[in-house]
Amino acid sequence: MVTDLGGAQEHGDSDHGHPPDHGNDHPHSHGHDHPHDDGAAADPVRHVPDTRLVELEYDVLAKNDLLAARNRVWFEDRGILALNLMSSPGAGKTSLLERTIRDLSPELMLSVIEGDQETLLDAERIRATGCRVVQINTGSGCHLDADMLARGLRSLDPPSQSVVFIENVGNLVCPALFDLGERSKVVIMSVTEGDDKPLKYPHMFRAADVLLLNKLDLLPYVNFDVERCIGYARQINPGIEVLTVSATRGDDLDRWYDWLRHRVTAAA
Amino acid sequence: MHELSITESLVSAILERVEGRVQTVTLVIGRLSGLVPDSVRFCFDVCTQGTRLEGAALDIIDIPGRVRCLTCDVELELPDTILLCTCGSANVDIVGGQELRIKNVEVMV
Repeated sequence: MVTDLGGAQEHGDSDHGHPPDHGNDHPHSHGHDHPHDDGAAADPVRHVPDTRLVELEYDVLAKNDLLAARNRVWFEDRGILALNLMSSPGAGKTSLLERTIRDLSPELMLSVIEGDQETLLDAERIRATGCRVVQINTGSGCHLDADMLARGLRSLDPPSQSVVFIENVGNLVCPALFDLGERSKVVIMSVTEGDDKPLKYPHMFRAADVLLLNKLDLLPYVNFDVERCIGYARQINPGIEVLTVSATRGDDLDRWYDWLRHRVTAAA
Repeated sequence: MHELSITESLVSAILERVEGRVQTVTLVIGRLSGLVPDSVRFCFDVCTQGTRLEGAALDIIDIPGRVRCLTCDVELELPDTILLCTCGSANVDIVGGQELRIKNVEVMV
């Protein structure tokens, strides 16, 4: 990305970064603030050739939101609980899933959609638990969108009355913007990250229904204030539910499992 | 960099909706939308290459965040992106600033 940004600077010397030879002499530049819709075409000097204004008023995320709504209906029709798991890379999403699958697969039907930019590594870890899994590689993309999920679901073909965990691309920024059609958004954070993360990534913590604070077993070795972190998260999102766990040692996983069971009953 | 996929989708939405060469695109981007206008500008130049939008100017109308405080029932404009009422309460509903919209495009006749 750094190289790309250099490229932007290269042709950013002009006032708005467009190639200079774009075949017209319209007077616009980035950042200007005059309105366009007040008879601009009447000025022959400023508009050669003539142009017309087309009002679109188009919501850019409308297409994703529509596809997400379809996914949501698809899940609801089958009584499937879909959860969108988001975190920064390394917070322990896959470890949490491995442990959850091991502990709950005797009582719940579980499957996983794995989102990563590259590799099948996470899908292989999930497959090793015996759980049904589909990997989506987003390539340069930094998040899953509703269309990718729909394609993943066709291939996963989860049974009715089951749980689908969607492990989003590790990223605390972009996934917050894209509705996938899930029932709940779960943000996972670990105590090896800064306790001020909710303030730094407010979009994510505002969008989430649940904050799962992981790696409690490492608390003695790091400078992390659990109460302060929860306070920050509630400052951003007063309604957020908070669960503190250790996916590797097993601390308080029962609370997470109870939360899941409760949601499964509600979805069925 | 979600701006890339969002810019791709807005470019294709415009191409689907208007005929002819596009001179100017006007977007409305709220400060609470999660989109960085400078990134959109960069992506716009990349995404429009080889299309009828190549070379088009990009105007971005900035909308500040607005919230209604559920503690003191006041509506206010935010000076930044922190969702906090002047009374100190964070228990607020967002009522503006999440816009992400193509307002209009100017096309050659």
